[in-house]
Amino acid sequence: MNNFEYKQATDAIDATDAVAASEDAMFIAGGTNLVDLWKYNLVHPKLLVDINHLHNHKHITELENGGLRLGALVTNADTAYHPLVEERYPLLSKAILAGASPQIRNMATNGGNLLQRTRCYYFYDPDVPCNKREPGSGCPAMEGYNRIHAILGASDQCIAVFPSDMCVALAALGAVVNVSGNNGERSIPFTDFHRLPGDAPDIDNHLHHGDLITSIDLPVRGFAQNYSYLKLRDRHSYAFALVSVATALELDGGIIRDARLALGGVAHKPWRMHEAESVLIGRTADEATFAAAAEVILADAKGFKYNNFKIELARRAIIRNGMMALNPETQLPGAQPSA
Amino acid sequence: MTTIVLNVNQRRYSLQVLPWVSLLDALRERLKLTGTKKGCDHGQCGACTVLCDGKRILSCLTLAVMKDGSDVTTIEGIASGDDLHPLQQAFIEHDAFQCGYCTPGQICSAVGMLNEGKARTREDVKELMSGNLCRCGANTGIINAIMEVKEGGGLE
Repeated sequence: MNNFEYKQATDAIDATDAVAASEDAMFIAGGTNLVDLWKYNLVHPKLLVDINHLHNHKHITELENGGLRLGALVTNADTAYHPLVEERYPLLSKAILAGASPQIRNMATNGGNLLQRTRCYYFYDPDVPCNKREPGSGCPAMEGYNRIHAILGASDQCIAVFPSDMCVALAALGAVVNVSGNNGERSIPFTDFHRLPGDAPDIDNHLHHGDLITSIDLPVRGFAQNYSYLKLRDRHSYAFALVSVATALELDGGIIRDARLALGGVAHKPWRMHEAESVLIGRTADEATFAAAAEVILADAKGFKYNNFKIELARRAIIRNGMMALNPETQLPGAQPSA
Repeated sequence: MTTIVLNVNQRRYSLQVLPWVSLLDALRERLKLTGTKKGCDHGQCGACTVLCDGKRILSCLTLAVMKDGSDVTTIEGIASGDDLHPLQQAFIEHDAFQCGYCTPGQICSAVGMLNEGKARTREDVKELMSGNLCRCGANTGIINAIMEVKEGGGLE
């Protein structure tokens, strides 16, 4: 753990200027991942810029187009329990409440949720190589204990997975991330925000140093009638997903008119595939239909010695979660399997 | 060094801290309020749970400088003088601890959870208390104690 300086930013420009001025400066909001990474000696900031006083980004507001804007500094708990989120985007509410613990959700912010690092145990162990921590040093996970690792989109450099639950729902819903940086403001579609490891696994997303997430926009359609988030893990609660599934359906007399399907815990980013969603559209909402979508989304899945089970687990989770989406009112706390 | 003010258990403290001092260390080492426990120090066990501006948070992952001016309640501030808080009394009656190390965090977390008002069923309570681990295995007693207070009308 290194020493660092601390500064409270007064507004977004003050914050981005302060961080952009030094390669060793970082934003801090909830701190739930950053403080931990610092304690593990994985990040070495010389300056932490506290953005908790940027009050413009602490609200949830309705957009003129009928969507909803989630301020980057609203906590995960306040987002999940916000009446408009619960009413119009219950899939997002359920996904958030399946993640972390109540204490962490009270601290963690929406912007920070997108920026959390992988929980790959080799990444956290400074005594072993890791291409994400030290590019070019190697990846012991590939030949090691890889139970929690990727089955989709991995590279020969890195098989780590992105741990967020909230982001799986945001990908499924087609959210947009608003960013303020040195070159002005820009908006990034959610599925383009995170990146695959490729040959640069140390880079998790498409932000540049000094870019600040200011808000996340939800589109009008929230799939509030038929949705489900299912999270399968080694512990009943307060554990990261081995596999999670976000399913959102628009039904017309048992026929699927529109569908969203995204997976968590399986790749370096939330995994959404339009081809798999297309398979669902126009078909009866039953187990055979969800199985057909699972075949498509998992067609290129590749397991390793200790996580091969995840491919079949994901297939079954997609089917089960599709059926759960037909009866959202029967869903259990903590995104557990229900009938 | 930064000078900060913390209102802990309704008492005002002014203290100088370095930027990297956690709220947990500030409470324990500087204010000598050692009721709040350091378990894992990584946000995995919940032993360090305190209420900050009314919300349950993990003091181990909180930098003290970021809470300048905040109201903090620790286990030392839960009772009313010599009268135990209903949750404290219920924990005794239900054998809700063995070694006791997780207990301050469990009770602060339960106070926060009951204030949040989101738990309806026993299953909800279990899910919403999952951030506090008990390695002695007193979880059944812990949930029984919380349920009794919740069913009995909650907090005064």
